Amino acid sequence: MSSPARGATSPGRLRSLGRNLLGLGFVSPYLAFVAVVFAYPFGFAVWMSFHDYFFTAPNVVVEHPFVGFENYVTVLTDPDVRRSFVNILVFLVINVPLTVFASMVLATALNAKLPMRSFFRAAYYVPYITASVAVVGVWLWLFSSGGLVNQLLGDLAPEPSWLVNETLAMPLIAVFVAWKQLGFFIMLYLAALQNVPKELYESADVDGASTVRKFLSVTVPGVRPATTLVLIVATITGANLFTEPYLLTGGGGPDGSSASPVLLMYQRGIEQGSPDVAAAIGVLLVLFVLVVSLINRKLTERG
Amino acid sequence: MSAPKTGRKLPRLIVLLIGACAFLFPFYYMVVGSLQPEPSSDPSALLPNPAGLTLGNYTAINDRVPLLSALANSGIFTGGVIAGTVVFGLLAGYALAQMRFKGRGLVFGTVLLVQLVPFQLLMIPLYVMIVRTYGLADTYLGIILPFAVNSTAVFVFRQFFLQLPRELFESARIDGAGELTIMLRIAVPLCKPALLTTVLLTFIGPWNEFLWPFLVTKDPDMQPLAVALANYISNVAGRAANPFGAILAGACVLAGPAVALYLAFQRRFVSTDLGSGVKG
Repeated sequence: MSSPARGATSPGRLRSLGRNLLGLGFVSPYLAFVAVVFAYPFGFAVWMSFHDYFFTAPNVVVEHPFVGFENYVTVLTDPDVRRSFVNILVFLVINVPLTVFASMVLATALNAKLPMRSFFRAAYYVPYITASVAVVGVWLWLFSSGGLVNQLLGDLAPEPSWLVNETLAMPLIAVFVAWKQLGFFIMLYLAALQNVPKELYESADVDGASTVRKFLSVTVPGVRPATTLVLIVATITGANLFTEPYLLTGGGGPDGSSASPVLLMYQRGIEQGSPDVAAAIGVLLVLFVLVVSLINRKLTERG
Repeated sequence: MSAPKTGRKLPRLIVLLIGACAFLFPFYYMVVGSLQPEPSSDPSALLPNPAGLTLGNYTAINDRVPLLSALANSGIFTGGVIAGTVVFGLLAGYALAQMRFKGRGLVFGTVLLVQLVPFQLLMIPLYVMIVRTYGLADTYLGIILPFAVNSTAVFVFRQFFLQLPRELFESARIDGAGELTIMLRIAVPLCKPALLTTVLLTFIGPWNEFLWPFLVTKDPDMQPLAVALANYISNVAGRAANPFGAILAGACVLAGPAVALYLAFQRRFVSTDLGSGVKG
């Protein structure tokens, strides 16, 4: 009866200690993985970019002296690297408007009771779930110099052909990625369209607004949050570009006109054995994505 | 009454049909091309004579890229990633949603933060660690490791478990059930459809992944199909007279499982995609 408050809290404290341990036990495998696969490599990447790092045989201890910004100077004075960042800007300028426009139009068209609705949805989603390597195979064939596209164009076919043409290679990659990812963005916009109040369309009807007017004045502003997301995802996709320049244009060709920063990270870091330089490209790439995302946000918020 | 309605739907349907053709045509072309002995780019080859179609390209690519073992490698890679995603994701997601412990907020913050770290920054250090330091090149462990933990899945699982009523768990705890039992016997069965969707979505990532397994596997016997096919494309494309037949056959084999899985479970993909929006 007279058991003091202390006696009551002691088992309570024990229980809460047990609860804490149990909770930590549940999350510790995840945390251990994050430490090994994310946190450590993240720090390692930044460290590497400021040191003279090269590959050695396992367990060989060598010095990796601190070199300050030397790797960054190497990267920034390398015309190929600068070219690759410009290429990503070209990619974004073509890919983003195309993705936003096409997915918004198709999502709006799909947003109604229609025959064959699930067929359309499946059709749009199939490229998104297919491996890039597989669809690159078809595009290689379609856009080869004697390919179907050039056959149909006849005399209008570009010379040199698409994939070996310095001005057309990167735009074609931008179109390829837009085509491949569109299904995902259509679904995103379709979900966003459910949140646009129906009353807005009804009052636009009362005012006698045309379909195009309604699209521009009700739909486009109504799905702005989704558009912001599209811009961010497209920027990250562009920054991650590797498979397409590696396979579709045979290693960023012609003459580096479709090379991406990640392709250069592979070539400099692993093929040519300068992981420190590649790490510096990686750090710059992340900064690039941050800056582009901030600019995007400023632009979409003001509109 | 219905005539004007269909009339208004017609422009929509035309737009959608043009879109569907643009999306599906390359796939049609891929299949047709893979079945032609000598794929022809002539427009007349778009509707080939069914009698002239063969499976010759499939045996041709199989001679250069052992399809079965490459498919098995893709399957092991994908299976390993799914297993890691589910096991670590369920444990962490359940703890974050339904357990009270010190540091929970910090762990949740980590889950959100990790999703912001881009893979391209980690690519080089992971390559150094896994291939050079730990000597895990050309091993399944080396291919799977960077993808075995998926913070997005932890976040998604946490959202699922948060929606379950807390009383359910409290009463099970009073009955003396351990947390692991509660998770496996109560929480997981109640979230089964949502969990299945996550597994299906996880499948696409490793099955289609190219860059990382490409860096880690140099031994053709260890390469997933995406890597083996890509190597075939980049080595042969310039040299062979008409390499497209074999390339397209390989592409069909690589695309097939993902597309089939999607078509079989289409309803699940769609319902969650829309679910968040409709309810939001």
